[in-house]
Amino acid sequence: MSSPTPNRVGESVVALASGLLFGLGLAVSGMTRPEKVRGFLDFFRHWDPSLTFVMGGAVLVHAVAYRLITRRSSPVFAAKFALPTRRDLDAKLLVGAGVFGVGWGLGGYCPGPGITSLVTGAAPVAAFVAAMLVGIAITARLEDAKKPVVDAPRTPATR
Amino acid sequence: MSIPTDWIRALVGGALIGVSASLMLAFNGRVTGISGIVGGLVHPTPGDLAWRALFVGGLLLGGLAAAVALPGSFGGAAPGVATAAFAGLLVGVGTRLGNGCTSGHGVCGIARLSPRSLAATLTFISTGAVTVLLAGGAR
Repeated sequence: MSSPTPNRVGESVVALASGLLFGLGLAVSGMTRPEKVRGFLDFFRHWDPSLTFVMGGAVLVHAVAYRLITRRSSPVFAAKFALPTRRDLDAKLLVGAGVFGVGWGLGGYCPGPGITSLVTGAAPVAAFVAAMLVGIAITARLEDAKKPVVDAPRTPATR
Repeated sequence: MSIPTDWIRALVGGALIGVSASLMLAFNGRVTGISGIVGGLVHPTPGDLAWRALFVGGLLLGGLAAAVALPGSFGGAAPGVATAAFAGLLVGVGTRLGNGCTSGHGVCGIARLSPRSLAATLTFISTGAVTVLLAGGAR
């Protein structure tokens, strides 16, 4: 049954376990090998389709689970589900996704595999993650600066 | 005809990612979007840090476990430091502007049938493909 008050310890344990499974999944799947990622994106020459199965497997499992989980009125350890509700498309979404894709194709890393690959101690990985954090911080600052001061207080981001 | 090992690893790894995202949703009620989770560490809201730090700690532990148990899971043709840094900057800016990355949009959002996530995923796969093409292919 859902907790009337959030269970902080439970949430912490699940966050750690979820991170561990996610990191393991990325490494098992091949997402932590930039040449595999670039091969997946190389549709016009030597396309390597294997990473299609990463998204396929993950979406399949999560799509079924999502439908079962959201039958509950709330999650087990938190007060409520924090899911994005917007369904409209805007330029910011598409420009952002476009810029992200260029970086993904150039380096062969997206955020999760970049962080997980830090365990190798390789300099390019450290450079990738450090620059990614800088990119997030700069963009977040600019977004905040553009917001009117009367805006509601920031709620915890869902994504 | 046998199924390539890479395909099986991709499917098993993908399923693990799906289970991870499902645990996060069922217990904590959250989307498992890596750029968003990390974004909340870079640009924090008070009282919202611990679970994010623990998730990132978990990612690293998962990486360590894979490095020990499955050598060859990492690296390959890694980019040079300058390219990697430029790529990282674009990934940071782009995921913040676009509210998500491969996990938040590509896995969680598509599983929810979110039109925004579907559009974002088609967009980043397309610009990624064009980038690899212009860079002269993956190999």
